[in-house]
Amino acid sequence: MLYAILCYHDEDFVGSWSKDQDEAVMKKLAVVQDKLTQQGRLGPVARLLPTTAAATLRKEDPPLVLDGPYAETKEQLLGFYIVDCKNLDEALDVARDLGAVNPGGAYEVRPVGVFRPGGLSA
Amino acid sequence: MSEADTAWIETALTSARPQAVGALLRYFRDLDTAEEAFQNACLRALKTWPQNGPPRDPAAWLIMVGRNVAIDEVRRARKQAPLPEDDQAISDLDDAEGALAERLDGSHYRDDILRLMFICCHPQLPATQQIALALRIVSGLTVKQIARAFLVSEAAMEQRITRAKAKVAEAGTPFETPGAVERSERLAGVAAMIYLIFNEGYSASGDTAEIRKPLCEEAIRLARLLLRLFQSEPEIMGLTALILLQHARSAARFAADGSLILLEDQNRSLWNGTMIAEGLALIDKAMRHRRSGPYQIQAAIAALHARAPTPEETDWAQIDLLYGALEVVQPSPVVTLNRAVAVSKVRGPQAALDLIEPLAPKLANYFHFYGVRGAFLMQLGRNDEARIAFDRAIALANTSAEAAHIRMHIDRLIRDNQPKGADGNPKQGTKAK
Repeated sequence: MLYAILCYHDEDFVGSWSKDQDEAVMKKLAVVQDKLTQQGRLGPVARLLPTTAAATLRKEDPPLVLDGPYAETKEQLLGFYIVDCKNLDEALDVARDLGAVNPGGAYEVRPVGVFRPGGLSA
Repeated sequence: MSEADTAWIETALTSARPQAVGALLRYFRDLDTAEEAFQNACLRALKTWPQNGPPRDPAAWLIMVGRNVAIDEVRRARKQAPLPEDDQAISDLDDAEGALAERLDGSHYRDDILRLMFICCHPQLPATQQIALALRIVSGLTVKQIARAFLVSEAAMEQRITRAKAKVAEAGTPFETPGAVERSERLAGVAAMIYLIFNEGYSASGDTAEIRKPLCEEAIRLARLLLRLFQSEPEIMGLTALILLQHARSAARFAADGSLILLEDQNRSLWNGTMIAEGLALIDKAMRHRRSGPYQIQAAIAALHARAPTPEETDWAQIDLLYGALEVVQPSPVVTLNRAVAVSKVRGPQAALDLIEPLAPKLANYFHFYGVRGAFLMQLGRNDEARIAFDRAIALANTSAEAAHIRMHIDRLIRDNQPKGADGNPKQGTKAK
């Protein structure tokens, strides 16, 4: 069974970390990640850019693009894609294509800050 | 408590500060009282958090405790009773208050922070006082830290902040919840204040760049905070993108000897990729609103520089168009001067020179005007005139880095003007007239 571990934190707090504090945390995380990698148990790891960099595509007809992660709280995170796109327009196009075959809900399009592909085969 | 624990608690206090001081200001309607109440709450937090663990909502905890301590103090002062020990006076504010605090109404969150920021950028304050006050009140930097960043003495900075506070108190501040029009005016004022803080740090020279870097970082933190409060404001996206994209280049802007490295000569691998990615994401999003403004246009220009893998691949034609748009929304000879650089890349130095000649009377004392003019003249092979322009630029240079940069141009001219030897490298002759 594969488990997704989703990271939540207060952005006001994380945004107030000094560069040194941030680097220290990332270094300690890397130690944990490396151990899992060596055991062949780690898949992709991504650190997302701040929520303010996100846009949300509501899968209405026509689809509606909103600023920020405005997906309603009654909706739950059900999965995620990592897609390589040149810019926001291209990413939204992909989201639109996905939405066209999967009605309802919303996609939050959130730029990735750090990405490690990992070595896990599911 | 270990040093590392203290550092994390201090980060929590910093991040809760705008909301907590903003709310305390709403209660007490006085900056000094609000600030003092917050500081008392912080002292209390430093004592209890390491033992009991941090509360679930630090800001609410600090607001509640700060408010109670201040009310206690007012009561005490009224009774004129001798001051009891700190711990006795606030012993009734233990964890029960923490639980209460977590149910605190969050609906004022946005307005409290905006009001706090707005008070600091009061139009009656000169820019330097606005910045100093914001860094003290909103960011919570110590007077010593601010004085260091501004390269002035602690006493002078203390005086500047005290004066700013007195002026704010004198002017009186509207505390009612702002309406839509007022909010957008305030928002523009707050954005301008954040931009000023950033520029204060960004305009540092090589030898002061490290000292003033915290100003840039604080401006970015405040811009991100403002954007979280107003997620659909394209100009706030533009402002945040602009300062992220500018600051992303900071590691490449100065040589080891402190001299300025021009954009085209910078080592692009030193640019901060994550910051650029965030800036690009924000400007992409802002542009979709089709409500452009000066910050967005400047960010779009910075984005074109950031997107170019090499200087040669810079989209100068697009930059020229964007400066044209900026001239419309924010006409200024400095904008035209910047545009001229793009024009020189697209249509050559003569077209650029024609564009800036009419600016001479307005920019007679502007360092960059003569630097840019000298560069165009040099490209046209008019070396004597270029030399005069560069001499004037040196006389007007604000920092030693600026002067050193122009001296480098002059050295190049002198070198090029020397009689050519047998290797015959006729640089002048090949220049287009």
